[in-house]
Amino acid sequence: MNPREDKILMSHGNGGRMMHDLIGHLFLKHFGNKILEEQTDAAILPVDTPEVAFTTDSFVIDPLFFPGGNIGKLAVCGTVNDLAVSGAEPRYISVSFILEEGFSMQELEVIVKSLAEEARHAKVTIVTGDTKVVNRGKCDKLFINTAGIGMVRKKDQMVGKARNIHPGDVIIINGTIGDHGMAVMNARESFNFKSPVISDCASLNHMIREILDRSSGVKFMRDPTRGGVATVLNELAAKIGHGIEINEQALPISKGVSAMCEILGFDTLHIANEGKVIVVASEQESKLILEIMRNHPLGKQSAVIAHIVSDHPGRVVLKTGTGGKRIIDSLTGDPLPRIC
Amino acid sequence: MCLAIPAKVISVDGSNAMVSIEDVEYKASLLMLDDVRPGDFVMLHAGFAIEKVDPEEAAETLRLLNEIADSSPDSLIL
Amino acid sequence: MRYVDEYRNRELILALSEEVKKISKKEITLMEVCGGHTMAIHRFGLHSLLPSNIRLLSGPGCPVCVSSQHFLDTAIAYSKISGAIITTYGDLIRVPGSVSSLEKEKAKGADIRILYSVLEALEIAKNNPGRPVFFPGIGFETTAPATAAAIVQAKKENIVNFFVLSAHKIMPPVMKALVDEGVKINGFIAPGHVSAITGTAIYNELAAGYGLGVVVTGFEPVDMMQAILMLVRQIESGTPKVEIQYRRIVHPEGNRIAQALLIEVFNHKDDRWRGLGIIRESGLKIRKNFAGFDAEVKYPVSVPEPPDPKGCICGLILRGLKKPGDCRLFATTCTPSDPVGACMVSGEGTCATYYKYRR
Repeated sequence: MNPREDKILMSHGNGGRMMHDLIGHLFLKHFGNKILEEQTDAAILPVDTPEVAFTTDSFVIDPLFFPGGNIGKLAVCGTVNDLAVSGAEPRYISVSFILEEGFSMQELEVIVKSLAEEARHAKVTIVTGDTKVVNRGKCDKLFINTAGIGMVRKKDQMVGKARNIHPGDVIIINGTIGDHGMAVMNARESFNFKSPVISDCASLNHMIREILDRSSGVKFMRDPTRGGVATVLNELAAKIGHGIEINEQALPISKGVSAMCEILGFDTLHIANEGKVIVVASEQESKLILEIMRNHPLGKQSAVIAHIVSDHPGRVVLKTGTGGKRIIDSLTGDPLPRIC
Repeated sequence: MCLAIPAKVISVDGSNAMVSIEDVEYKASLLMLDDVRPGDFVMLHAGFAIEKVDPEEAAETLRLLNEIADSSPDSLIL
Repeated sequence: MRYVDEYRNRELILALSEEVKKISKKEITLMEVCGGHTMAIHRFGLHSLLPSNIRLLSGPGCPVCVSSQHFLDTAIAYSKISGAIITTYGDLIRVPGSVSSLEKEKAKGADIRILYSVLEALEIAKNNPGRPVFFPGIGFETTAPATAAAIVQAKKENIVNFFVLSAHKIMPPVMKALVDEGVKINGFIAPGHVSAITGTAIYNELAAGYGLGVVVTGFEPVDMMQAILMLVRQIESGTPKVEIQYRRIVHPEGNRIAQALLIEVFNHKDDRWRGLGIIRESGLKIRKNFAGFDAEVKYPVSVPEPPDPKGCICGLILRGLKKPGDCRLFATTCTPSDPVGACMVSGEGTCATYYKYRR
């Protein structure tokens, strides 16, 4: 890195020498691979399935750094997971940066390094990218967009489409809920809670691949990001026209998240996750799927958390630990700490 | 009104106390209480410890409740 | 969690339910006056555990619900003052004023910050000298002492840019007003945390003068079921009195230090309760010697009295005279994402609770 520049300047985005240096000394240094190093306007890429999956996501999270990760790691996980839960094997991603003039070069390098490391971990190649710089105040430090291409086998294509789901089918999740949202909230707000909660931000494609390779019983998958498990299940219930009953006692929730939600009055089902996948399968198939998940580092606390039911079609209901029932809606406004 | 949670006092520093709920820690204000010691439990509401939890009363309440539960024929069916 | 999980024990809840069913013969109506109790009843599905002769009624115990639109409009007016910072509990952010809300003003660029403790507002004031920091104070006797403590602290530290807009209210006058109005109840499930501060003498008149049972209740399902059992025993034996179920927190004399803070900083005033009109001596007004922290004194703004929104029957719901289902706006025009009345906005408002749990 050129030691003279410790802040991003407008010139870093103007296509000239400084931008060239930035790309070479920062992006290529960490992302470096044969395709990227060609530095062509478009990457020409081989594919090995007749159809590919394609997705894009933008990352504007504040704060940029939070316990368990940063925006760079998130930018890879988010897109990789969108491809994976659609049944695809993520292969290539693009990364575009919009940088605010004055942004710290050192912070940028940490973020780029995380991004590169997560891409290596997820086994995706960064094949193309873009950099723009905007005047101070025109964006909030840093925005990242990633787009991703994944190879999708015919047999896996139905996984995003929620077909053939019937009452009696089960809903599995691979671990504790609410970790990401609470970790970020803790880092962002000035409430002064010291909590060990860390984001669950992770690339799920390897675990999902194993499930799809060994089981043909996956009827639906989705990652419960913003809006939490509640929002994904509401969307599913509406789509399939059946009801969903969540078993409160089966929900895996870490002690720290549970405590924070009790203190602030949040419902864990509405809090964001970045390393979780919901899998719907028949009761019979679920045993194998659970076994696969529990044997994977990202699925050790996998559990069946809900069932598809014929009651209350289109609606999600929670059966509480004390025997009562309550309706779970999608997230309306952001969860906010209450006194009352 | 309402949203208050029992928290364990870890340390006291003047008019503040470090309290913990499970593994979450918070610096709570003791401006409404005196004679708070490490090991005590307090009710945390909007950043303040508003009252101490009385462990003897808590135990007595549970004892009474368990009496009712034991005398209830259905409790064995659960 | 310690002192929580034990009071969510399913066996205890069911045993209490059995006991209630065994001894409850009369048709009775019990009113809870605390949003936390409304929530607990629905969250834990307690209705299904009670016999049909017991009716539970929700009263005006949600401080957000009973805050007047005028109060919100005033807070919004403060947010438009140049350099102003509004610091508020999360509960108020989405409450509709007559045309806008703090959330909408935030989107338009107002500096509105959510806090968990009012003491954070003091820090913000210290870090932003020269900018007025406003704190719209809501809450009953559980929360008002925190505001009082903050004002006392601000005086100690010579903070000159911290201002409280007080909408704090106290419970006993409204409980009495409801009974005076003729709302038919046999007993009160009294607010546990309010009582932890005030002590229980405030309820003596209700029991002795009106023959109503009053049981000071905690917020876990076991607490509520035990309190209902205690009330049923009182009513069945014709011996209404003031009792404490929530003994691990509430003492008859209450929290003396918190009471002293309240007396030091506030005196009582007649106050407007949304949907209920003016109730005498029911609001808390900042005393003259702390006028430097009184937003209404230092920043008088003239905000017109808004009319009540058409069709909104929050007032009748708060009195327990109607249920959310009786309101023609409920779940149609008035929903949690688009609330008309405060009963829907507050997470613990009667309508919001019904929407979540009983639609």
